[in-house]
Amino acid sequence: MAAPPKQPVNITFLGPLNASASSLLTWIDQRFPLMENWRAHLAEYYAPKNFNFWYYFGSLALLVLIMQITTGIFLTMHYKPDASLAFASIEYIMREVPFGWLIRYMHSTGASAFFIVVYLHMFRGLLYGSHRKPRELIWIFGMLIYLALMAEAFFGYLLPWGQLSYWGAQVIVNLFGTIPLVGPDIALWIRGDYVVSDATLNRFFAFHVIAVPLVLLALVVAHVLALHEVGSNNPDGIEIKNTLDANGRPLDGIPFHPYYTVKDMFGAVFFLILFAIVMFFTPEGGGYFLEHNNFVPADQLKTPPEIAPVWYFTPFYAILRSVPPLFNSQFPGVAVMGISVLIFFFLPWLDRSPVKSIRYKGPAFKWALGLFIVVFLILGYLGTVPTNALGEFGPWLGNAERALVIARIGGIIYFLFFLLMPWYSRIGKTRPVPARLT
Amino acid sequence: MMRAGFASLLGALALAVVLPATAAEAPPDLDRMKADVRDEASLQSGARTFVNYCLSCHSASMMRYNRLQDIGLTEEQIKDNLLFTSDKVADLMDVAMSRNDAKKWFGAAPPDLTVIARTRGTDWLYTYLRSFYRDPATLTGWNNLLFERVAMPHVLWTLQGQPVLEVREFKTEHDAEAARIQTSSFSVLSAQGEGSARRYLLKTTRVQTPGQLSPAQYDAVVHDLVNFLAWMGEPAQETRKAIGIVVLLFLGVLLVLTWLLYQSYWKDVH
Repeated sequence: MAAPPKQPVNITFLGPLNASASSLLTWIDQRFPLMENWRAHLAEYYAPKNFNFWYYFGSLALLVLIMQITTGIFLTMHYKPDASLAFASIEYIMREVPFGWLIRYMHSTGASAFFIVVYLHMFRGLLYGSHRKPRELIWIFGMLIYLALMAEAFFGYLLPWGQLSYWGAQVIVNLFGTIPLVGPDIALWIRGDYVVSDATLNRFFAFHVIAVPLVLLALVVAHVLALHEVGSNNPDGIEIKNTLDANGRPLDGIPFHPYYTVKDMFGAVFFLILFAIVMFFTPEGGGYFLEHNNFVPADQLKTPPEIAPVWYFTPFYAILRSVPPLFNSQFPGVAVMGISVLIFFFLPWLDRSPVKSIRYKGPAFKWALGLFIVVFLILGYLGTVPTNALGEFGPWLGNAERALVIARIGGIIYFLFFLLMPWYSRIGKTRPVPARLT
Repeated sequence: MMRAGFASLLGALALAVVLPATAAEAPPDLDRMKADVRDEASLQSGARTFVNYCLSCHSASMMRYNRLQDIGLTEEQIKDNLLFTSDKVADLMDVAMSRNDAKKWFGAAPPDLTVIARTRGTDWLYTYLRSFYRDPATLTGWNNLLFERVAMPHVLWTLQGQPVLEVREFKTEHDAEAARIQTSSFSVLSAQGEGSARRYLLKTTRVQTPGQLSPAQYDAVVHDLVNFLAWMGEPAQETRKAIGIVVLLFLGVLLVLTWLLYQSYWKDVH
């Protein structure tokens, strides 16, 4: 099917260069769908006009992704993926590469920032029902991005070859080793050796700098394409496409460009200020972003007394630790932890409320979500401390460790949030949803 | 009902925050020192101590001699005063001793000290270097109150003198704690025995045979040395902060501009 001939592009804002710019763009446009995509995704992509604070985090996640890729490229120019050289090459970057410390701190702070931004982005989805029909696929692509991000962070964390890099990788690979029957073989296959070694470092480097980033970028494209197919949700949870003007444009929509591009620029600068404060003045993030023990080179013969994952994995780690072993196998904990991540995929079908946005939902959902956030934070904290950090309960509870018991209760609440959602999301009186944005 | 639920939730949260402070095993109360990596005189004095006393066993293998120009030394000064193990100022601060030999001689290879301040923290190092004492039971004849049975001997003993361990016994924890508050130097409190035989031991160190320096002078030497280690852990740290301020000023201006741009575009959105 032949496409209709394209209109020439008409540039009007470049003064004396208007004519040449117009003919250049026309030349390109006749060979590449430039203006079509420009209009479909920016200039004529209509977004609801009532985006609030929570809607900054999507574009911020993109900003951090670009920052991680850019700084990552420069880091690979100086980093050595070799067990005997890796640790010193990081210090070489920190000391001798001009502005190497800046690139490295941008990358290490960026990793934590990425998770902060993504967690807030996901929370926005929960608040306003952005995962509900017809946006299930956006949510699923988003969850796949989150999984890829976890993999990316895990592979990247080994590269500095510090004590926690090494033993953290050892522990996480061993999680796969707990799978019945095939586990040990899978762990061996992942490591490429019987312990985490140079072979592991080399393959993790490959995964971190090319394999996972490619997947991540493809998923981000899919995430945005799916979003632009159905249109953005908003804090009211109303479909703006239901109320169109005479030209078929949503009455409550505004073109993404320039309105949201300028708004997101403001948001990006605000974010960068917070980012710069951490990166320039406390790049170790109090030992959470760069851990003290990771300034010690990896030593296969010296297990550190405390092996805790980086903060963004700790809620799941707390759940893992709270599950008691069964038949001498740690696999139940690993399985429960896996489910605690994967269960997010089902949210679009678990929420049965007649309304999308928390603004119009009944109190039960609000309390459930609030409780879930509190539990998620408590689990996150518990994952950073040893299980004996809070002491023990008395003999009435068999001297059980407090942190472990709290994590168990937290884990149960965590799962109840999901499993009971089909029930509590339907009870209680919802408020009437207006026809137009408020 | 709902409010009660919320209150108990907050209670649980508060519990989670408060508990670690009380129930966790108290980490040793380290002596504090205030690192100031802009104090060039202190850094230079620390560098001298480091090269003279530490660098024969410990390496700083990710640090180059000529980087010491950052703390106000000239290349000539470095060459003449600090270069013992190598003859090029662009060399790394390595040691000749191999890790295997070191392990044989000391039982453990001395760790590289380039980033030691980032691992241990300055308070720990400051306390550690001031907590050695004579102990005939160990291989080297030295022990350390903060790092028990450490393989390292008291390298700075000619400066500090020879401290000995001093143990005081108390019947109640309260008395021991009171005595601990009275002691000015680092101390370790432990308990032994059960029931009425339970005793609380307060361990401190005291210089028995004086060295070349007075206790105050020795503290100053250790302070400068640890200060140097703090600087060496990240030589660019002051540059980082200075650039950070400029970046923040730039972003502050950009924030105002983007805000104005945002507002001017959005004034026709209702």
